Amino acid sequence: MSDLTRLTISQARAKLRGKEITATEITEAYLSAIDRANPALNAYVAVTGDRARDMAKASDARLVKGEGGALEGIPLGIKDLFGTEGVHTQACSHVLDGFKPRYESTVTANLWADGAVMLGKLNMDEFAMGSSNETSYYGPVINPWRRSRLDTVVMPTTHQGDGGFVTAGGTKTQRTLDNAQLVPGGSSGGSATAVSAFLCAGATATDTGGSIRQPAAFTGTVGIKPTYGRCSRWGIVAFASSLDQAGPIARDVRDAAILLRSMASVDPKDTTSVDRPVPDYEAAIGKPIKGMKVGIPKEYRVDGMPEEIEALWQKGIAWLRDAGAEIVDISLPHTKYALPAYYIVAPAEASSNLARYDGVRYGLRVPGKDIVEMYEKTRAAGFGREVKRRIMIGTYVLSAGYYDAYYLQAQKVRNLIKRDFENVFAAGVDVILTPATPSAAFGIADEDMAADPVKMYLNDIFTVTVNMAGLPGIAVPAGLDPKGLPLGLQLIGRPFEEETLFQTAAVIEQAAGTFQPEKWW
Amino acid sequence: MTLIDTRTPDAKRLIPGATGDWEIIIGLEVHAQVISEAKLFSGASTAFGAAPNANVSLVDAAMPGMLPVINEECVKQAIRTGLGLKAQINHKSVFDRKNYFYPDLPQGYQISQFKQPIVGEGTVIVSVGPDRQGEFEDIEVGIERLHLEQDAGKSMHDQHPTMSYVDLNRSGVALMEIVSKPDLRSGDEAKAYVTKLRTIMRYLGTCDGNMDEGSLRADVNVSVRRPGGEFGTRCEIKNMNSIRFIGQAIDFEARRQIAIIEDGGKIDQETRLYDAVKGETRSMRSKEEAHDYRYFPDPDLLPLEFDQAYVDALAKELPELPDDKKARLISSLGLSTYDASILVSEKSVADYFEKVAAGRDGKLAANWVINDLLGQLNKVGKDIENAPVSPDQLGAVIDLIKDGTISGKIAKDLFEIVWNEGGDPRALVESRGMKQVTDTGAIEKAVDDVIAANPDKVEQARAKPTMAGWFVGQVMKATGGKANPQAVNDLVKAKLGIE
Repeated sequence: MSDLTRLTISQARAKLRGKEITATEITEAYLSAIDRANPALNAYVAVTGDRARDMAKASDARLVKGEGGALEGIPLGIKDLFGTEGVHTQACSHVLDGFKPRYESTVTANLWADGAVMLGKLNMDEFAMGSSNETSYYGPVINPWRRSRLDTVVMPTTHQGDGGFVTAGGTKTQRTLDNAQLVPGGSSGGSATAVSAFLCAGATATDTGGSIRQPAAFTGTVGIKPTYGRCSRWGIVAFASSLDQAGPIARDVRDAAILLRSMASVDPKDTTSVDRPVPDYEAAIGKPIKGMKVGIPKEYRVDGMPEEIEALWQKGIAWLRDAGAEIVDISLPHTKYALPAYYIVAPAEASSNLARYDGVRYGLRVPGKDIVEMYEKTRAAGFGREVKRRIMIGTYVLSAGYYDAYYLQAQKVRNLIKRDFENVFAAGVDVILTPATPSAAFGIADEDMAADPVKMYLNDIFTVTVNMAGLPGIAVPAGLDPKGLPLGLQLIGRPFEEETLFQTAAVIEQAAGTFQPEKWW
Repeated sequence: MTLIDTRTPDAKRLIPGATGDWEIIIGLEVHAQVISEAKLFSGASTAFGAAPNANVSLVDAAMPGMLPVINEECVKQAIRTGLGLKAQINHKSVFDRKNYFYPDLPQGYQISQFKQPIVGEGTVIVSVGPDRQGEFEDIEVGIERLHLEQDAGKSMHDQHPTMSYVDLNRSGVALMEIVSKPDLRSGDEAKAYVTKLRTIMRYLGTCDGNMDEGSLRADVNVSVRRPGGEFGTRCEIKNMNSIRFIGQAIDFEARRQIAIIEDGGKIDQETRLYDAVKGETRSMRSKEEAHDYRYFPDPDLLPLEFDQAYVDALAKELPELPDDKKARLISSLGLSTYDASILVSEKSVADYFEKVAAGRDGKLAANWVINDLLGQLNKVGKDIENAPVSPDQLGAVIDLIKDGTISGKIAKDLFEIVWNEGGDPRALVESRGMKQVTDTGAIEKAVDDVIAANPDKVEQARAKPTMAGWFVGQVMKATGGKANPQAVNDLVKAKLGIE
């Protein structure tokens, strides 16, 4: 294999164990790929080359002795939200300037214990607040995918085509990439871009309202948000504690299954983590889905949804039906309240979680004449616009006199959403199929979205319900839109039945294939 | 909470004003530091007196991504305390975040229990007194709730010319906030209530009650009204750390409020501080300046749940509480209510007494502990923990009286020697020749001598038998107090022929 970065995790694993390649070789391949690509894509905010080389060397030593762990020698990118000991951990916020924790998050510690190699820290929306990776203090991440158009060109008779194919009449169809830069989605935009552009074998990500699944869908990658409590939140910078969950973004379903198995664990340091054995998710891949009941929720057919999304959904339904699944129409009647309720609960928790960034103990401090002025100046300079907006919303909805009308009401809605899902699962539905996003990736600095934050929030319309109900959800690529951009489907499962998601997603992947961007960077 | 008046106005507690009598209404929020090795949500030590910021975990410093994990021992301590307050134990309680900014509050919120506390309503019987007649009066004080919460760190403003220092050792230490109903009617009652709470918690081992170390602090709510009338507007006096000052602050605050109302003014609801040097309260912040704490359930913590069996197991292991001990001392040792009240008022005194009384005459032990030991300690201003006479030593003194080795009078001398010089009482009696003379021959000779030397007194005594006491005294004097008084008494009467 000439380009080691093209290997999936499962392929690399086999070659590493078979001693065909070394961890050092594959790590070096990724480090030089990052070197070349990062100026254009801005996926990494910190590259930990020395550490990566040290870890790879240690992996090689173990591999030689046949002692390798489940991820031995596999180079990964880590979202900047994860605390990594002695390494840049700033949630891509100015307020955490220079912060390097003295601790390692449980999820990353699990990965290192299984032999994985850390390449660096990945860009993201500031404090995971955003759906386009444009709120990062370190600038936007660029989607490796670009729109393209199909042109029919007349070929000079002497020329042998090398990009398209020569027709009998001397013309060819040629895909021309548009120059417009697109967002990778967010908040895990750095993770999605790095995986999609071959800048890491897989990446950690987090999902509070869709932050794994939406960027995965925008970049043709696989992203799973596991059940709330499946991964420990300890050491991950908190956004909205009751919604945050870590999960992987990977090139295919199998890789996602491999990564989640290593990331997941119960943790005595996170009392919301759940003590259940972590299954071998990979074993679910390839199992037939014959007789499985797949629910199609009518409420996910939203106004103004592009035709290609509907078409993609229908394709997904057909693939699963062809594989022997029983397709049933279901109703999740409170779906339409999910987004507004989410945008009360998440900012409320965030407003409190972000109170600790006060300039007193770590990170940025802008001096003031007294403590109040120091707070004000530090937080004014340290937080970006979107973070401030959400702190303001959260503070408002928790205020005396508004709490009952907003926060309490949103919690009630949350219970109703949970019950919607419980009802359909109780009725025998095994898995729910929906689109992952209401559109394909959009342009950087999209004027509509910049003018109206709610337009940006609508990106999460299909994903937030899953967080509100604490369920597992996976986004799997299912095709390209007419402009050549990837689109994803979402599968939602019962609590802790991630295996069903991998099993079903593998069927879609089998039918749809996998998708790689054409390299322009 | 709804205010319910449980007390009937009592003339002796009213304060006379220029326009008539006033009644003081008092409710307290007591913050009691839980006795536990580690903090409420982190493994850091709670030891008092460590170097600044020595006992600070990543959680206490609110590092990004850190999560609280409840310390079960603190939960048990809260349940034990609830049981000691005869209170409802709530099988499900919820931790909330109380949000505000302050440098000694690293998280930017305090984890506390707002809507669903671990302990609900209870009752404390408080003995107020003794009054001038030596009487105690029992009053019943309602407990509104007890909840668990984190303590804050400490800001130090006097360490640097332009900066403040922050010590986070106390940050995250478990506190129990015990809220009373507005059932107290005088400074003395409030003092007795805090004392009683402290005693109960010391008996339980749930709070050491050391107010000078900040282990016990109280916010005092004071209002005044016409006796039995509508409740007035209250002021809250924050952070009182001495029982004596609580009494002083209440007295000052009540008079301040009465003066304002009698002058035609009205009381503004506000938070005040007590200045112990000036002996007055002053305004800290008004109701308008009060924080909006934006309470909401802490999403990092699941609701705290346990079953009745968990509570029962703790109840079974509970030590005897002061009220029960008092009842037992009265019923099984035959002590007076007064003596029993004194003895149970402090756990350390009760412990001392019980060691002395074990296997001995309870009443005699009570007399010695109260009159001699406590009397002497009080005189020199010492705690019973530092008493120079141990329970064993005092017990030995009592044994020597009981077995007739020494008289009660000699025992007082012996006690003083042990107090000043220490030593084994029995050995001291031997070495210093303090043994009581029980040899009838020797006593008889002394009686005969006195009778022979005082024929006139003999005549008088035969006419007035109570004069026998004079002879007894003379004999005792002659024998250096060592003669058995009973034997002397019997012999004198026999020789004088009086009965």
